[in-house]
Amino acid sequence: MTGLDIWMRENPLTYVWLGSYVVALLIFAVEIVLVRHKRKLTLEQIRLLREAGEED
Amino acid sequence: MAINWFKYSAPSTFYALAGKLIPWFAVSAAMLFAVGLYIGFFVAPVDYQQGEFYRIIFIHVPASILSMFLYLVMAAYAALGLIFNTRLSAMMATAIAPTGALFAFISLWTGALWGKPMWGAWWVWDARLTSELILLFLYLGYMALHSSIDDPRRADRASALLAIVGSVNVPIIYFSVKWWNTLHQGSTIKFSGTSMHVAMQQAMFITLAACWLYAIAVVLARVRSIILEREHQTKWVAELSEVRT
Repeated sequence: MTGLDIWMRENPLTYVWLGSYVVALLIFAVEIVLVRHKRKLTLEQIRLLREAGEED
Repeated sequence: MAINWFKYSAPSTFYALAGKLIPWFAVSAAMLFAVGLYIGFFVAPVDYQQGEFYRIIFIHVPASILSMFLYLVMAAYAALGLIFNTRLSAMMATAIAPTGALFAFISLWTGALWGKPMWGAWWVWDARLTSELILLFLYLGYMALHSSIDDPRRADRASALLAIVGSVNVPIIYFSVKWWNTLHQGSTIKFSGTSMHVAMQQAMFITLAACWLYAIAVVLARVRSIILEREHQTKWVAELSEVRT
């Protein structure tokens, strides 16, 4: 048995929380940040294209 | 009063509708997650065989179901786009893929975390696990193929074919535990009944609903950016308040 095996059997709830729920919630948080960032970038890009079009 | 559904297949009307729906789905998802996790960790009893480790199922099962179902929804949208040449369908398929891939990853990750204390191994080349891994690769392949083609309409058509062909993997994942002798357990909840404690069922179904609502909110938010990107030359995009400011 490795140190991790012993630790996970002594702290099953911490193992479950940190290993799966914290990781899953972090993944969701990163996805939300990326989606919001993408929207911000897209809007900026469209505004720049519009400004460039108006100057022409 | 009859609803004209075709009206919402136009990117301009769908964009506005999606914007109104996102906060409702997002807030409901957050609330259901909180309730589901509370029941899962404070109400549901300890399993007599698996101890506390079984509590991984409240994220593992919803993530696995979502990864499969989102793939079928993505393939259905891709097929609609391919057959009827509808712009919004292809955009929806593109928006679903990253969320589906993340759910497939979460399913594999949490499965590995459950496997280590239960089976003594993070990974085994079991039919259920391997077919779920193939699903993740299909999502990644779909996204890679789509982004490798510059023309979005051509990219939609090429990746739609991959999505449709790849959908054959979903029933393989689902029935793998019946067709082959697998280490992964079979379905605990069946039409004939279940041996699961009622609090465990409640927690699992509530987190499943939360994952669904989360996926809808994120996909709608992503598709709004895709719509803007693809329709930026149209008059309705130019007239949007968020574009003018």
